[in-house]
Amino acid sequence: MHKIYHRIDKIAGNVITVEATNVSYRELAQVTSRQGTSLAQVIRLDGDHVSLQVFAGSRGIATDAQVRFLGHPMQTAFSEALLGRVFTGSGTPRDKGPPIAENMINIGGPSVNPAKRIIPRRMVRTGIPMIDVFNTLVESQKLPVFSVAGEPYNPLLARIALQAEVDVIVLGGMGLKHDDYLFFRDYLEEHGALARAVMFVHTAADPTVECLMVPDISLAVAEQFALQNKRVLVLLTDMTNFADSLKEIAITMEQIPSNRGYPGDLYSQLAARYEKAVDFDTAGSITVLAVTTMPGDDVTHPVPDNTGYITEGQFYLRNGRIEPFGSLSRLKQLVNNKTREDHRTIMNTMIQLYAGYKETLEKQAMGFRMSNWDRKLLKYGERFEKELMDLTVNIPLEEALDLGWRILADCFEPAETGIPSKFIEKFWPKTAKTQEAVEAATK
Amino acid sequence: MSENIGKIVGVNGNLLTVEFNQPVTQNEVGFAALGDLKLKSEVIRIRGRRAELQVFEDTTGLKVGDPVEFTGDLLAVELGPGLLTQIYDGLQNPLPALAEKCGFFLQRGAYLQSLDRQRKWAFTPSAKKGDTVQAGDKLGSVPEGIFEHRIMVPFGVRGKCTVEDVAAQGEYRVEDVVAKIRNERGDVLEVRMMQRWPVKFPIRAYGERLRPVEPLITKVRIVDTFFPVARGGTYCIPGPFGAGKTVLQQITSRYADVDVVIIAACGERAGEVVETLREFPELTDPRTGKSLMERTLIICNTSSMPVAAREASVYTAVTIAEYYRQMGLHVLLLADSTSRWAQALREVSGRLEEIPGEEAFPAYLESVIAAFYERGGLVKLRDGGVGSVTIGGTVSPAGGNFEEPVTQSTLKVVGAFHGLSRERSDARRYPAIHPLESWSKYPSFVSDEDVREARHVLRQGNEVGQMMKVVGEEGTSLDDFVVYLKGEYVDAVYLQQDAYHAVDAATSSARQQYVFERLVKILRTKMAFDDKDGARKFFQQLTQTTKDWNRAPMPGDGKQADPEGEKQFKDLEARIEKMIEEVADYA
Repeated sequence: MHKIYHRIDKIAGNVITVEATNVSYRELAQVTSRQGTSLAQVIRLDGDHVSLQVFAGSRGIATDAQVRFLGHPMQTAFSEALLGRVFTGSGTPRDKGPPIAENMINIGGPSVNPAKRIIPRRMVRTGIPMIDVFNTLVESQKLPVFSVAGEPYNPLLARIALQAEVDVIVLGGMGLKHDDYLFFRDYLEEHGALARAVMFVHTAADPTVECLMVPDISLAVAEQFALQNKRVLVLLTDMTNFADSLKEIAITMEQIPSNRGYPGDLYSQLAARYEKAVDFDTAGSITVLAVTTMPGDDVTHPVPDNTGYITEGQFYLRNGRIEPFGSLSRLKQLVNNKTREDHRTIMNTMIQLYAGYKETLEKQAMGFRMSNWDRKLLKYGERFEKELMDLTVNIPLEEALDLGWRILADCFEPAETGIPSKFIEKFWPKTAKTQEAVEAATK
Repeated sequence: MSENIGKIVGVNGNLLTVEFNQPVTQNEVGFAALGDLKLKSEVIRIRGRRAELQVFEDTTGLKVGDPVEFTGDLLAVELGPGLLTQIYDGLQNPLPALAEKCGFFLQRGAYLQSLDRQRKWAFTPSAKKGDTVQAGDKLGSVPEGIFEHRIMVPFGVRGKCTVEDVAAQGEYRVEDVVAKIRNERGDVLEVRMMQRWPVKFPIRAYGERLRPVEPLITKVRIVDTFFPVARGGTYCIPGPFGAGKTVLQQITSRYADVDVVIIAACGERAGEVVETLREFPELTDPRTGKSLMERTLIICNTSSMPVAAREASVYTAVTIAEYYRQMGLHVLLLADSTSRWAQALREVSGRLEEIPGEEAFPAYLESVIAAFYERGGLVKLRDGGVGSVTIGGTVSPAGGNFEEPVTQSTLKVVGAFHGLSRERSDARRYPAIHPLESWSKYPSFVSDEDVREARHVLRQGNEVGQMMKVVGEEGTSLDDFVVYLKGEYVDAVYLQQDAYHAVDAATSSARQQYVFERLVKILRTKMAFDDKDGARKFFQQLTQTTKDWNRAPMPGDGKQADPEGEKQFKDLEARIEKMIEEVADYA
């Protein structure tokens, strides 16, 4: 049986150091003290000195606490029985259901061989025009939702969880407020989506180290589902909390910080998680959508900045809307030529004109006289915001494209839009309709 | 098998501390034993009887006391026929073969031979018995796809040698001996088709280095016309995320007028590599009519693959580039992204607890970056031929701020700077190379005067645009307003290019010359308008027509003749001329 160690040399932050031999790197251990039992993981070997990060934190751990090494790295159970359940970051049930311990798999496994990946080819329909039309979500894509505290990013994720056309949803919550956790659970349950979902939730009141485990455990489970030919959507919120936990442990371990206290390997750490998004050659896929709150609404903060370089685009959620500027789905080009031929044209034209509208708004705010063109832009911008940008709009892609043409035709002459002549001939509504007629038509 | 065995005394992330008894070499390769697995690692520091090794794999499971076997060899790559079309990881493991062996995931400790040992190549000798040769000289050749792959005297051979024996024409494997040479000391060396070369040393078996002046056509208008790259030159593309660095690299890898393209995907997304490796075999190279993959080689160490191998991957790539250069070929090395490579250096430096420089990057960052870019260049080979390695590196500056150490160190050593701007990418003005901030030290193929004129209009237009934000349109004179519109016009129809349109995506140098000349003529035309609305309307229509013109194939320029499209080209050109005629003010 495994040897039990009693002498703890050092306790600092959530890290304890114990003298032990024959311990392997990243091995798991059980630490038992008066406060109860917690898992811990080896994070450094230095001769006989073994440093472990204790999942439940070091509070209340005595120097004579028992440390028992388990001889394997972090694992989680995997079976269909996970669906509909809620767990903590270390894999114990958070709901009232029984623990699951069958079919243990290692978490944080190796990365996928690029030669076994395929070019993503299917879009994930969400029914949200700002996503479907302008920044299409693609299977196997990894996209962050950049936002700030106070924005409705969790409701947005919940809506996507509900409406997205996928087989399995894995939701990883990091540093969630307890209310938010309950919101997710209740919202998915009410709308009948909990049965296809697994939740791994770390709330703000739980120990920091567990927060570090949430993305790994969520993605390991997602990977297993994907290997069983399922299309999996992983929703993570909020990755900034994950990065802050990394920082906490790194500082405790006296690593040299690189940027605002974050460890030098922040990029690699985040990439190791995001890169789990994959479309397998002969199996299912994993799509990752992760909320990253930007401290001080600053996109150059190390967490959103590093994330942006890893992911394939980003959504900016501001003022309750997905911002058309800055938001980008880099993979959309792979699918939006197969949807409808006017998709790209509508997407580009409408955004360019909306940029013009924003400029006009600035001019207006400074009190300049509005030219004829300005007035057209103003009319256009208002309709665009109301009819397409609003997040409560829930219409399929094709309807959204038709609506786009109608808005353009109501506001501009064909030449003013810069749309290639062949599309004008085919799609430009022959008679510009009045607002009332438009409403009647959409009903 | 080496007898030099050390013992692990510490594990910290991917850094091992190992106690050794027999001599070890700095940068020598070692293998850490984990059960049956052997994990490749490299010595990066030695202190007393302890060596520190960075492991090219995940270290989970290693224990104190586990053995480490030192090999005595430096990290090296295999060079020989069969490199092209391959997809390697940073340590030159062939990924498709690895996938066959290990399935979906990259199992650690699995190393395969880089070159196929069984495949036979048709060797034709060119050297004769008694010839005097030195390192890099041709002994014979084998056909590799579209190229004649030279079998050369190993680059590590010193001094002059005499050819003792050359194999007859026939089929040989890469490990077969194809020649024997005798060096000045009288030792006979066996030459195989394959040789090994340590990646961190440049190959110097050439006559002399030349100054790069001949333009390398990328078919991206803003690059070729305004900020050209030369064959054998170096350039960098810094830009914030989402500004289109990678798309620009992909377009370049597709259309660039070079013989061999080596893509080093270094610490970036796997998805991007997949696009290349799945699409290239299907695309035809307009220069050869063969698959684009035949001239391409991918070194792929994506962001989730081990960090230490990422550091090695750019060296692996540049060494292979130098190897093909030695055959008198023009090679383009695209490194995406050098920042990730610099970060790998930073991670290792941090684990070694070195005193950090700016933003915790190591103090030697600058010299390492400079040494890497200096491996690019145009060289005259000993046989009189010319070969080149052009290096284009993307930089991903933190926060999109070009003041950071990696961008600044890179700018000091490159010959062209294609700075991408967030402002332009947000406005969907692709490629988002900033026309006023970028620069190039290489000559362009269009007339300097025309470029100056276009740049002048762009700068003035931009100034008027800035002013207009303050004083408004009514505070701007009609003349200034027309300058502004002209600037916007050049931007829209020449600087911007639709990467996803069959014709517009790649503009040949002939077409660039033709179109640019006409464009500058338009810019020089003095135009008269009644009012600003009239001017705006005119330019909107002109832009529309010119964009349509960009999308029509130019006669004599396409792969196949397209009479209908070419007629359109001429019609549109005539229409543009007529439009200009109507507003031209000859007063």
